[in-house]
Amino acid sequence: MYNWDFYTVFQSFDLFWHGLLTTFLYTIGSIGFGIVIGLVTAFARLSKWRLLRGAARTYQEVFRCTPLLVQIMWAYYALPMLLGISIPNWIAGLATLSLYVGSFYGEIFRGGINAIDKGQREAAMAVGMSGGQAMRHIIMPQAVKKMLPAFINQSVIQVKNTSLLYAISIAELTYMTYIVNSETYRPLESYSIAAIMYFAMLFPLTQFADYFERRMRRSD
Amino acid sequence: MTTPSILSVRALTKSYGELEVLKGIDLDITPGEVIAIIGPSGSGKSTFIRCLNMMEVPTSGSFKFRGSHVLPEFKDKAGTLGAGTLRRKVGMCFQHFNLFPHLTVLDNVTKGPRVVLKESQVEAEAHARALLAKVGLADKENYYPSKLSGGQKQRVAIARSLAMRPDVMLFDEVTSALDPELVSEVLQVVRDLAEGGMTMVLVTHEMAFAADVADRVIFIDNGVIAEQGPPQEVMHSPQSERLQQFLQRFHA
Ligand SMILES: Nc1ncnc2c1ncn2[C@@H]1O[C@H](COP(=O)(O)OP(=O)(O)OP(=O)(O)O)[C@@H](O)[C@H]1O
Ligand SMILES: [Mg+2]
Repeated sequence: MYNWDFYTVFQSFDLFWHGLLTTFLYTIGSIGFGIVIGLVTAFARLSKWRLLRGAARTYQEVFRCTPLLVQIMWAYYALPMLLGISIPNWIAGLATLSLYVGSFYGEIFRGGINAIDKGQREAAMAVGMSGGQAMRHIIMPQAVKKMLPAFINQSVIQVKNTSLLYAISIAELTYMTYIVNSETYRPLESYSIAAIMYFAMLFPLTQFADYFERRMRRSD
Repeated sequence: MTTPSILSVRALTKSYGELEVLKGIDLDITPGEVIAIIGPSGSGKSTFIRCLNMMEVPTSGSFKFRGSHVLPEFKDKAGTLGAGTLRRKVGMCFQHFNLFPHLTVLDNVTKGPRVVLKESQVEAEAHARALLAKVGLADKENYYPSKLSGGQKQRVAIARSLAMRPDVMLFDEVTSALDPELVSEVLQVVRDLAEGGMTMVLVTHEMAFAADVADRVIFIDNGVIAEQGPPQEVMHSPQSERLQQFLQRFHA
């Protein structure tokens, strides 16, 4: 029978706490930038200019079709060789995470906007709204509802993806757990605590997404 | 008689790629006039009426509103009207209503005036309530569109257009998507508008209604105005064989 010893591990609680906080900050930061990037790409892909559509599409495919871990390593180790300057790990990490999630958000946003019947835009234009006003007052409020479940889902994945930052020594939760483990030699306790912390963060989110989806299905 | 026309169209054409849908249409609409457009499916009726508020941009020809040239760009430019200004003055109702499902009936009606005309909420709501009363839906202002019948939806859509205080109303087959028993309540609203002096262009398959309410009936066939005139003439003594054939299908 394994002799659980959470006491030793809990002595490093401030390390876990620091890790959790860091994970949280990278999540919020990358989701924030990701939303902006996603909106820009979604509108670029819906624009009438071919070049803009092509550029947005290329960006999305590059980031969606390569592993995030490779992207992070590439931004931190390879890109500086091309540029001839070093990039701090937090910039490489945050930028890569943002671009990565932004490429997925872009498709979610575009899908949500496309799901709105063309007649909505026409009716808005028919009362004299500009394209922008129609988007803001008529299309977006409906599209946001449609895209919210997929958006939350992607954001849940994003929280977990921050764990890959351990590879460039960013002190997020997974990296800190690794540190605690190497000091205490208690992998079972350390990684269990990390798992519980991730779970406690994400479970409410997925529950909310489910609830929201159910409520939406009832309302149409 | 030279009443200045409110809408004036000359040699208007519209093509989609190779397909020429409208092949040169001339039309002057005088204030207060009610025009019914009839014609076979695919003849270009919707395309034409949608050109009248620049929802479709004509390929060539000229288009004037109260004597000013209308351009497809949203904003006005020196001496010309943009599509944005035109659409404030020329309202349109659609076959499938296109109500805003995320807004209540009242908000559907006030949205345009609030956003486009920057009306205050108090002013917009007072006007909206008056219009909803006019179309017989005063008691439905807090409903969402999904809870309304087709006829009620279309009446809200009409109120929504009227909230912009348009000079002209365009109706594209506004009763075609309705169950037969709901058609008359919508036609009654359109009739009331006609009697109130609104300038209107309506594409319709309701021949009896067209004959009754219109000052002029236009038969569009294959992208041109093939015949036009007072309802009695066009409906009861059609000149062309095409129009005779077309009308026969409705008299059967
Ligand atoms: N956006 C478009 N792109 C390509 N072709 C179009 C487009 N809109 C309409 N058309 C074509 O133009 C022609 C005229 O269409 P339109 O909708 O104006 O006919 P209509 O007279 O309103 O017919 P209906 O009575 O069936 O409503 C049709 O052949 C149609 O396929
Ligand atoms: Mg049509």
